[in-house]
Amino acid sequence: MIQIALQKKLTAPHGSMLLDIDININKGSLVTLYGDSGAGKTSILRMISGLLQADKGRITVNQKTWLDTNKGIVLKPQQRKIGYVFQDYGLFPNMTVKQNLLYALEKDQSNHTVSELIDIIELGDLQERKPEKLSGGQKQRVALARALVRKPEILMLDEPLSALDNKMRAKLQDYILKVHKQYNLTTLLISHEISEVIKMSDQVFIIENGKINKQGNPIEVFTTKQMSGKFQFSGEIVQIEQEDVIYIVTILIGINFVKIVAEENEVATLAIGDKVIVASKAFNPLLQKID
Amino acid sequence: MMDWQPLVLTFKLAAITTALLLIIAIPIAYWLAHTKSQIKPILETLVSMPLVLPPTVLGFYLLVVFSPANPVGNWLDEHLGLQLIFSFEGLIFASILYSLPFMVHPIQAGFSNLSSSLTEASYVLGKSKSTTLFKVLLPNIKPSLLTGIVLAFAHTIGEFGVVLMIGGNIPGKTKVASIAIYDEVEALNYDIANWYSLILFVIAFIILLMVYLINGGYLKRFWK
Repeated sequence: MIQIALQKKLTAPHGSMLLDIDININKGSLVTLYGDSGAGKTSILRMISGLLQADKGRITVNQKTWLDTNKGIVLKPQQRKIGYVFQDYGLFPNMTVKQNLLYALEKDQSNHTVSELIDIIELGDLQERKPEKLSGGQKQRVALARALVRKPEILMLDEPLSALDNKMRAKLQDYILKVHKQYNLTTLLISHEISEVIKMSDQVFIIENGKINKQGNPIEVFTTKQMSGKFQFSGEIVQIEQEDVIYIVTILIGINFVKIVAEENEVATLAIGDKVIVASKAFNPLLQKID
Repeated sequence: MMDWQPLVLTFKLAAITTALLLIIAIPIAYWLAHTKSQIKPILETLVSMPLVLPPTVLGFYLLVVFSPANPVGNWLDEHLGLQLIFSFEGLIFASILYSLPFMVHPIQAGFSNLSSSLTEASYVLGKSKSTTLFKVLLPNIKPSLLTGIVLAFAHTIGEFGVVLMIGGNIPGKTKVASIAIYDEVEALNYDIANWYSLILFVIAFIILLMVYLINGGYLKRFWK
């Protein structure tokens, strides 16, 4: 169990803001922080990792206290066992992929951990390359592997996938899920893609202006009106076209486009870029295996 | 007849000064690049002073402070046996002060240009500040280190005013090439002065050319 209570005054784009959160995370779960940029998501990760000092707060991770401002306990980032994947990856340009991973080894740790991670994250062909010779997705995988070398108690990913195209993104989501399960990690992910949150996480915290606005199971949290759909997907509107008296709304779900017929009064509240849920309950979807 | 001693002395002085400066400048540059302290502007100003101050001013104050008549000079002489006036040690001390900005500025710029996530990534991987400095930060600012080393070296070779004020013109001890040139011109030995000048000119050209070649990536295979 990980308990996190943090308070800090932050200077946000529009004046100052009090970040004040109190959350509990179950060991082994994958949790997302969802919210607009400037809501304080990155600051939360930085405070958990010790890179940013909280004004007040308490962090206990599996019975160990990392931070307790009342008792004056503040562990340094080095003393907290965390894996952190930075938005700009933070790979060391002077080292090859393999050296980046070896650097992360602790004194008494064997090289075996590194070779195992190279296998799991499929970095074999890249291991002698310098970071400048890698694509965005490859850098991401290296950063993920490096963050796992120390066997962290919390793995934190700061919008790791925002710079990638959809195909690469889906692949990396699978890598993250794979290592999350394989190493029984507790993972904290920042995302502002609803589809990603739903695909990846057991629990979501919606952050607004430094406060937790909503929390819970992603599907329940994002379906504001309680729908009892038999199946539902979330996506983003990419096009709204008028055809005679009806409208065709094109929605991007994952990497697929879906066209849905809508009436004028429905379309009135929708705009391109809106996140929507596509749900149905009137018919039975059929499953057929693809050869 | 040209005497090689001033040239040898010049390069000895430049080499020792540069080596000591590198050791001194890295912590100063690191601190300046990372601190949010309010005294940062003052320290930055002090480091940069030799850029704008006439060398004779610096030399004059060093002469006053280190003279045996001054308490500081007296103390150094009595307790450490150091006489910094008209001695090679004094030249080294003065050169370090005089060339400080040429070493500190490139290294400071190098540190500032590195993404802070490199340092932070190293910290969250459990590495100490010193491991981070030597294994991550310094290897990634090699071009800045090289620039600092070369500029400090070349600048020390080109010293004149400071050296003349605090070192004087003692052959084998403080008579460096730039002073030898002045000396020969005064004695109307233009030929010898020309030789000294030509050698300094060529060496300075080669050193700077190397920096631009290396930092421009033309010799990348030699500097990895």
